Amino acid sequence: MDLWHITWFTVACATGATLLVLPAGVAIAWLLARRRFAGQALVETLVSLPLVMPPVATGLVLLMLLSRRGAIGRVLDAAGIDIVFTWKAVVIAMAVMGLPLLVRTARAGFEQVNRRYEQVAATLGAPPARVFFTISLPLAWPSIVAGAVLAFARALGEFGATIVVAGSIPGATRTLAVAIYSYTEIGQDRQAATLVVISAAIAFLALWYSNRLAARRAA
Amino acid sequence: MIQVDIQLTQGTFRLEVSTTVNGRATALFGSSGAGKTTTLDAIAGLREPNRGRIALGDRVVFSSADRINVPAHHRRVGYVPQDVALFPHMDVRANLIYGRHPGTSPPLERVVSMLEIEALVDRRVGALSGGERQRVALGRALMSGPSLLLLDEPLAAVDVPLRRRILPYLERVRDELHLPIVYVSHDRDEVRRLADHVVILEGGRVIASGPPSILDVEIAD
Repeated sequence: MDLWHITWFTVACATGATLLVLPAGVAIAWLLARRRFAGQALVETLVSLPLVMPPVATGLVLLMLLSRRGAIGRVLDAAGIDIVFTWKAVVIAMAVMGLPLLVRTARAGFEQVNRRYEQVAATLGAPPARVFFTISLPLAWPSIVAGAVLAFARALGEFGATIVVAGSIPGATRTLAVAIYSYTEIGQDRQAATLVVISAAIAFLALWYSNRLAARRAA
Repeated sequence: MIQVDIQLTQGTFRLEVSTTVNGRATALFGSSGAGKTTTLDAIAGLREPNRGRIALGDRVVFSSADRINVPAHHRRVGYVPQDVALFPHMDVRANLIYGRHPGTSPPLERVVSMLEIEALVDRRVGALSGGERQRVALGRALMSGPSLLLLDEPLAAVDVPLRRRILPYLERVRDELHLPIVYVSHDRDEVRRLADHVVILEGGRVIASGPPSILDVEIAD
């Protein structure tokens, strides 16, 4: 059935987007929490920008970058990879919109790790990479997961950026949020309402899980 | 022999420490804010001085003139911070062997029996008492096979009866492993019992150094 396909497609894209931003998001979060570097304020601002910019504007920026004549799209086009108006554009739009939530939450997690643990590990002979993987990462893990869940939930509801870079092509790029809008527009209110219930249920589960993790961290 | 000659500014606080330590156990003595922990951090490589030189034996680990700054993980300095900082997500055994190094580390059994923590090895860190934490943290530092041991007020967090029980372990470490110890304290009795050399810090400067008996003079003021 169409509705189930839309749901499955949206969850799959949101999962893909979350996995895509996870390594970069964790790395940026750690850098912001633990290192002082030139251009730090710029990185901080750029990462958070999708949070405050109109999603449609973010979508337009992505479209300009990823279209065949765009800075990134040109390179990909030469390699035979099409992004815009495909499922890949959906994933990228979701990833960009979810990144700020992951970075902010994971950064707070890294900042909460007592620096003494990392310092003691270093005096015990652990090089920085080992300190990161055996001390910082495991201790910040609950925050990282909570951030990933938030990014996932945000990705599920993504609308503005998605509709600009990926459109609303049934069976190809139509996600839950976009489908709700499209169905409403053509008067299929029952379809739209069903999708509202489905997306509310998924968002509820994701947030509930995220809050449970946060509570366990506080305990 | 440990040579420390450093200047380090931290906000409005200015640390200027110049001292040479020859003893087996040296106490850094002084009130809080005197710069004791900062000095230990500099020796361990956790805080970089603005200027100066630090040599552990014939190894120069920091020298601003020669642009040497050996990173903490290459200094082979065992450090037990004041809050001991046992890794909370690992059990006692994983903590103990975290810094194990083939060749330089003593056998686990020896460290465990010297500190009498055999019964604790499979416990979670959260289940340890204050005195047990101190001994595990000490064992973890020893297991990395350090050439120098830095202890930041190892007895400050535990009550007086417990101090009497932990002191003998520190004496054992000093005597059995022949490991030089630099030890931060503001307790005269502890210093007299454990240290054979005392460096007195005040407001970021060394105001006196010598045998523990110099503390008796200081009491007079």
